[in-house]
Amino acid sequence: MKLNFDAANPIYEQIIEEIKKMIVRGELNPGDKLPSQRDMAKYIEVNPNTIQRAYREMELLDLIETRRGKGTFVKEDDSMVITIRNDMARDAVSKFISEMKSLGYTGKEIIEYVKGEIEKKEEEKEGNGE
Amino acid sequence: MSNTAVEIKKLVKSYPGVDALKGISINFPAGKITGLIGPNGSGKSTLLKSMIGLVKPTEGEVLVFGKRPGREVKENTAFLPEINYFYKRMSIEQVINLYESQYRTFNREKAMEILEFMNLTPELRVKNLSKGMVGRLKLALTMARDVPLIVMDEPLAGIDPKSRSRILEGLISEYDAEKQTIILSTHEVLEAERFFDYVVFLEDGEVKLQGNADDLRAEHGMSIQDLLKEVFE
Repeated sequence: MKLNFDAANPIYEQIIEEIKKMIVRGELNPGDKLPSQRDMAKYIEVNPNTIQRAYREMELLDLIETRRGKGTFVKEDDSMVITIRNDMARDAVSKFISEMKSLGYTGKEIIEYVKGEIEKKEEEKEGNGE
Repeated sequence: MSNTAVEIKKLVKSYPGVDALKGISINFPAGKITGLIGPNGSGKSTLLKSMIGLVKPTEGEVLVFGKRPGREVKENTAFLPEINYFYKRMSIEQVINLYESQYRTFNREKAMEILEFMNLTPELRVKNLSKGMVGRLKLALTMARDVPLIVMDEPLAGIDPKSRSRILEGLISEYDAEKQTIILSTHEVLEAERFFDYVVFLEDGEVKLQGNADDLRAEHGMSIQDLLKEVFE
């Protein structure tokens, strides 16, 4: 995988974000086993202690659970997936809104702009015969 | 494992006319990889050498797992010096034989494994090796010691980018976080910082800043590389 980290932010947080995205996209499902901390460290080429911190944090966040002697698993909780998906969507939208506001757009203008862009994209798709 | 691997207590090292270290205190955390960062002449090398007894404190104390550097500490610490210290006429295999005879903690099997990962063959002669190859050989020999403490003085200095990334990959895949502590000095912060747990900034014989790498990133909102530019302004 060799993640491209943004060195300006804590690496363990970026690992958590990446795993959350994998869960939201369905690349990791509730009940799936995660690689051992050692394998994960080798796989994405970071310090094993950083992986340990990411796993510990995810356990506290109820994203994953450690089963004694069996390894680490994504929590078997479908509502968790929905919650993460909603949280991540909310974050993305709120970042977008504040960016647009800083450019001077009003709420109404933002909505119109987004509508327009989505329509444009869909027309392009049809134009490509997809 | 106790929480501190190497304890530096008010360490002063004076040479005629110059204080290389000016009374510094640092606890190098056990089971972690610590990056020792600082400009040339900041005292990094002197500090690392004090951990294996190559440099005697003028004042203060150095404790490695609670013990003063001596025979026992030397046997349990793998030190990678900055210079090329191999006999030019030797083959890599002869160098390995020499290491095996000198250190009880040297693991020959492991050395062979890492050599292969480093794309080196035992028949090669030291005099024919490029700088990058010597760097890879040094790393292989150091990581092949089954010891709790590994100290590396500029393992990436003067080495081509490909060898640098091989060295870092080899280091991280051989590192056993449950049993080992690594302390390394480097100028190549951009490439190495993703592997650091803890960082110590040294300048002019004094500690400018130290802390957990991810906590420093969160606190300052910047990479260790950028933080370094700020600290050494």
